[in-house]
Amino acid sequence: MKNLLAALLVTFSMSLIAQNQGKVPSVDVKTMDYETFNTSKISNNGKPVVINFWATWCSPCKRELNNIAYMYEDWVEETGVKIIAVSIDDARNMGKVAPYVNGKSWEYDILLDPNGDLKRAMGVNNVPHTFLVDGNGDIVWQHNSYSEGDEYELYELIKKLSAGESISK
Amino acid sequence: MKINLINLLTSAVLLSSSAIQAQDIKDVLNKGKITGNFQIEAQYYQEDTLIGAEQPNEQVLSNGFLNLIYSNGGFSAGVRYESYQNALLGYPTGYKGSGIPYRFASYTSEDLSVTVGNFYEQFGNGLVLRAYEERGLGYDNAIDGIRVKYKVKNGIEFTGLIGQQRIFFDKGEGIVRAFNATINLNETFEQLAEAKTKISFGGSVVSKYQEDDNPDFILPENVPAFSARTIISRGKFNINAEYAFKANDPNTDNGFNYKNGEAAFIQATYSRKGLGISLSAKRVDNFSFRSERTAGEQDLFINYQPALTKQHTYNLLATLYPYATQPNGETALQGDVIYNFKKGSVLGGKYGTGIQLNAAFAFDIDKDSLDPTADVQRNLYSSNYFETGQRFFRDLNIQINKKLTKDFKLILTYSNLLYNQAVIEGKPPETPIIKAHIGVVEGTYKFNMRNSLRFEAQVLKTKQDQGDWATGLLEYSYSPHWFVAALGQYNYDNPKADEVLYYNISGGYNNHGNRISLSYGRQRAGIFCVGGVCRVVPASNGLYLSITSSF
Repeated sequence: MKNLLAALLVTFSMSLIAQNQGKVPSVDVKTMDYETFNTSKISNNGKPVVINFWATWCSPCKRELNNIAYMYEDWVEETGVKIIAVSIDDARNMGKVAPYVNGKSWEYDILLDPNGDLKRAMGVNNVPHTFLVDGNGDIVWQHNSYSEGDEYELYELIKKLSAGESISK
Repeated sequence: MKINLINLLTSAVLLSSSAIQAQDIKDVLNKGKITGNFQIEAQYYQEDTLIGAEQPNEQVLSNGFLNLIYSNGGFSAGVRYESYQNALLGYPTGYKGSGIPYRFASYTSEDLSVTVGNFYEQFGNGLVLRAYEERGLGYDNAIDGIRVKYKVKNGIEFTGLIGQQRIFFDKGEGIVRAFNATINLNETFEQLAEAKTKISFGGSVVSKYQEDDNPDFILPENVPAFSARTIISRGKFNINAEYAFKANDPNTDNGFNYKNGEAAFIQATYSRKGLGISLSAKRVDNFSFRSERTAGEQDLFINYQPALTKQHTYNLLATLYPYATQPNGETALQGDVIYNFKKGSVLGGKYGTGIQLNAAFAFDIDKDSLDPTADVQRNLYSSNYFETGQRFFRDLNIQINKKLTKDFKLILTYSNLLYNQAVIEGKPPETPIIKAHIGVVEGTYKFNMRNSLRFEAQVLKTKQDQGDWATGLLEYSYSPHWFVAALGQYNYDNPKADEVLYYNISGGYNNHGNRISLSYGRQRAGIFCVGGVCRVVPASNGLYLSITSSF
């Protein structure tokens, strides 16, 4: 048991050296065409990226993404932000993601994480869970769950990042 | 053993670091990061004879876990500590005490990726192999062993793995060996890179070994399963098909039937802006595949068979009569249409109108019983591929989404259900099939940017089982941190028992990756499902606390 504690301590001290959440982990997920995509390639020409974990069976997730969809065009125009909606639907519902996304006319980039590999790598407990990634590719903010109006807070942060300001955690 | 592995890993990291200059070590460590998450759920239980809620001897029960993942470049390692003091009611009772049932180390270098320890994996749609976790259900069939992935060239990938599956704080007796190959033609062949039609193929072999110690039967110790699949897409169309075959695998689930098993799944979708259509079908025959023959409940499944039904979210729709896949045999069909009436059109109005239709059907497969003593093969039945047996489930539902004003949105849902309780819940055969109508109205009113009120009104009407139900929910949220909610659920026309009111109030706070919520009240006995895997949760009354955190 002592050894275990020592091991955990070492791990923790390493975590102290690593100040923030760091970069998006490198995990193979799928695109909507079922092609493999490695998440370390997520980038947006120095502009912020939002990574939002959702599922077709999660109603707050859909409320959030549908609410943002009304404003997404303006968000992109004003800040250059890109939203990547990562569906954690498994084989049961994975095939329904594209019909849903297109049926709702969402303009987001969509990734599929059917066995929760990215979800696990990013420490997500439950959906919806939103990460904000700055222009350097560093994860600078996260938020779990969704209430009506949360999108305004998110957008304020996106605007700050887009203007080159840092956001305090 | 666990401790030794972690020590080994830690020393390996440190040793490999010490070979480099001190300055470099700092650089290397600077690149490393720890992520993870934490959850604790605890409940204080009160006795409530009216709803049949008991107080366990412990009075308070709790589940908790902490995940830590360290990653640095291509290297990563992680552990999960879990603690059940004792497990919450409704959780599998095998979860007792604390420990580290999950630890792994992996590295990826160029085209090769190696993982040792515990890992999760899915081949294709999971028909022959899926190791995954649903913490909310207490489901975790992670494999403990070794996995190697190799990218031969662009678009071609091989995966091989060997190990034993997790069962609570222990491992199943069976050994799982599996190999998977996938090829994406468009990524592999340059001349197809720009082709409109995208094609990929995959194939798997999964075999399990378990010693035969049965005095009555001669059992196969090695049971192989195979699957072949393809995904073809062209523009707005997509087809995903998989066929799987399993050699004879007599086990408790199938009554020690020596018949071969098979499973087939096909899904076709069409989607464009404003319209999505999906059609899927599957047939499963004797396809329960577990790494221990006598495992029951949700234990030690090697494969995954999704239920082809809509995954509902409203309380009465989701937790009273949800369908769960019948791995011994089922034929299922499902169709979905999603359509958006454009803004400004007659039906679209100012903001557009969304409509979703879903129809799902599940039947038993055709089964003609055979006399096991007369058949040397000991096949218990034969089945005609294109006939079906009794009805298991039907759900016809429609949902309309309408934003009425800038601040008010409405969602209307209606569902017509047919639910074969005898089969799905394993009740006596004379238990009547439940026919139910369910209607839900959900509205959200936004007072301003921060304050909003959401309500749900749900009604379920049925003449069978516990009769009619009505549910009302009010949820007030103060974005981005606070919410409070009140739920009332009334079983107002129960032919077998007194009318009962279930009430529950809850509140919560969340900030960044942290969330705390507290609730008090009565919880109806129900079936809690994630992804078509369900567990039965008993009625309870008490105070519930949940804290989750991601970092």
